[in-house]
Amino acid sequence: MADIVMPSLGADMESGRLAQWLIKPGDRIARGDVIAVVETQKGAIEIEAFEAGTVAGLAIGEGEEVPVGAVIARLEAPGEEAAGAEPAAAEPASAASPAPVEPAGPPLREPAAAPAPRPDGARRRVSPAARTLAARLGLDLAGLGPGSGPGGAVVSGDVRRAAEAVRAAGPPAAPPQGARAAGLDLEEMRKAIAAAMARSKREIPHYYLVQVVDLQAASDWLAARNAERSPEARLLIAVLLLKASALALREHGAFNGTWEDGAFRPGAGIHIGNAVAIRGGGLVAPAIHDVDRLDLETLMAKLRDLVTRARRGGLRSSELSDPTVTVSSLGERGVDRLLGVIYPPQVALLGFGRVGERVLARDGVAVVRQSVELSLAADHRVSDGHSGGLFLRRIADLLQEPDRLLA
Amino acid sequence: MLEELARIAPEADLESLAPAGDLRDELDIDSMDHLNLMIALHRRLGVEIPERDYPRLLSLDAAVAYLRTRGA
Amino acid sequence: MSTALETTYRECVREAIRDALQRDPRVFLMGEDVGHYGGCYAVSKGLLAEFGEERIRDTPLSENGFTGIGIGAALGGLRPIVEIMTVNFSFLALDQIINNAATLLHMSGGAFNVPLVIRMATGAGRQLAAQHSHSMEGWYAHIPGLRVLTPATLEDARGMLWTALEDPDPVLIFEHVMLYNRAGSLAADAGPVDIERAAVRREGGDVTLLTYGGALHKTLEAAEALAAEGISAEVVDLRVLRPLDEATIVASVARTRRAVVVDEGWRSGGVSAEIATRIMERAFWELDAPVERVCGAEVPIPYPAHLEQAALPQVAGIVAAARRTLGR
Repeated sequence: MADIVMPSLGADMESGRLAQWLIKPGDRIARGDVIAVVETQKGAIEIEAFEAGTVAGLAIGEGEEVPVGAVIARLEAPGEEAAGAEPAAAEPASAASPAPVEPAGPPLREPAAAPAPRPDGARRRVSPAARTLAARLGLDLAGLGPGSGPGGAVVSGDVRRAAEAVRAAGPPAAPPQGARAAGLDLEEMRKAIAAAMARSKREIPHYYLVQVVDLQAASDWLAARNAERSPEARLLIAVLLLKASALALREHGAFNGTWEDGAFRPGAGIHIGNAVAIRGGGLVAPAIHDVDRLDLETLMAKLRDLVTRARRGGLRSSELSDPTVTVSSLGERGVDRLLGVIYPPQVALLGFGRVGERVLARDGVAVVRQSVELSLAADHRVSDGHSGGLFLRRIADLLQEPDRLLA
Repeated sequence: MLEELARIAPEADLESLAPAGDLRDELDIDSMDHLNLMIALHRRLGVEIPERDYPRLLSLDAAVAYLRTRGA
Repeated sequence: MSTALETTYRECVREAIRDALQRDPRVFLMGEDVGHYGGCYAVSKGLLAEFGEERIRDTPLSENGFTGIGIGAALGGLRPIVEIMTVNFSFLALDQIINNAATLLHMSGGAFNVPLVIRMATGAGRQLAAQHSHSMEGWYAHIPGLRVLTPATLEDARGMLWTALEDPDPVLIFEHVMLYNRAGSLAADAGPVDIERAAVRREGGDVTLLTYGGALHKTLEAAEALAAEGISAEVVDLRVLRPLDEATIVASVARTRRAVVVDEGWRSGGVSAEIATRIMERAFWELDAPVERVCGAEVPIPYPAHLEQAALPQVAGIVAAARRTLGR
């Protein structure tokens, strides 16, 4: 039996509200399946399963907010089903009673209506555990009489027995639909950005390097390529910059990874977080996975999809938890150079300013070339300026021969 | 075109969009949004818009004029 | 497999000190009557002859003075064990403990650790009245910068000291006076133990009894009595009052859905209040009953034996509280 927990979608996340379940007990799921939608400060995020198995039970209902790491569902590993149903909440005390089984179908949220008042006006006592279990099992508390707890309180054991009686009597009523997660809450997002960026500046000793990169060759190559293609198949220069960065990161691993518990951990792949501005004021930097292994067309498609989802909601949990480095581009409005703030626990951020014409010196002559100011903000605990310089130089070199980005 | 813009920048106030203003500034759209707009116009109107003509579609007025010349 | 030795809590503490003195030349013991007299609870008897006056140091009756010397020695690179005869006397040293030991790491921007261990006797039961019998470990558990340990078993009496000495920051060890004579068997190779986690001393499924120090054994007796009534009680020994091992507390309560906190200290603003609050904060939705508390009566500990016992948590009271959580 494995637990599915509320995932951490970034160093600044403390809790998440489960907006919608997309699975129910008995469903078979594969690794990577989207199983739920969780509302976070970064909007509604689709949660993916880390393991395959059969859903044994849902531990929380739609609308509930739980801390990162709290169990939200339980999963039986493939082949484990034969071991028999296990109660959702393992209780040594209940060994004497028959093992309860989760009802088929999504759980009810806790009934919104308060329990009916007793005729004598006193509030009927229902323990918190009984309410939790009733909500999980989809049982209406209104039907429960005096319980077996202190002062006649209804306790979890009473709910379990009642649920067994209901199940014996017939199938549960159709559950109400949980409200689909709302859109982005920019105030909440601002809080998340504030927490992450303040932590970054507090903890990470940044150093900054800037290099002007000649993009004439890349721009010419791109223009020629795009001229033959319909808009759907055209590439943005951002894709070339991303790919060059990813290929350079392969050789400069000190900029791809995280700083955790006082030590550098190299990234498991080159998962580049792309800083996406949210109109109205907001920022999120979800990852494209394994950028170094993607061809340019796939990378373009993924970037387009990612930007769309970042702005409308619908990011996946792995996109927020996996980035190993961030790339930010602020040149669209004419910014020449950006010096970034590293997103913890990452250790580097690459910044691209305006791509456009600049006067550069070439062989003793002033020439006008397409170019960009490329910057690196890096964590001095992990790397030094010299290696940072070599890293930037490598990106610049790759961009001089765009054909090498096809590999 | 306004419909497609609304799809790309749903939070924008298209009522107050200045017809001659630069769409990138008016609606805070970036090159990805602009490319998506070009794709949408291409699909919807069947007009070929080469990349070198992008600068001629930077305002609402200019885009409408351009699309007319292209037979849309 | 090692053989077991018959021993006492007092001998375990003495062995722990002897072991530390042998392992590390920087370790020394100081306090009132620890040398020639052998300690007011006879813990350090024989150590002066074995280790000499340099390392077993009798001090004047000046708690603030010798605790300060301990802090200075710790800052200077030594590993002092300061013995304060009873927790009531430690109030004379509060300035050193709270204003200095607990704060210097913070005040120095992380530059100066204070690797000091202070041992104190605590608790009632020996008719020593209101100036020698209080359980003030909860007060110290209030102070950031201190680690507060309450060894209740022979293993912990033997094993917590060395781990505490290895901690770079100040650690307070509270030895309940009624435990010193407690006899039992201990593995011959018993050694250092963790000073991080609470321990489940008895497993059960109906109610969790949370306690520490001198009250552990009464609580285990109560669990035995409850078992005779068909109530399966789990007993959690907190072991460390600061920082609290919330995970173990919450995991146990989430299983049993009921909790009784047993604390010889006073109810108001004490350890039991803190535990009950943590349960509310972290496990409210797991509860089937309000958290119950069995604490010391809110009076200065009386001198007469019958009144002293009446002021302390007793087995019958723990059993009754556990029953209430089950609606019985």
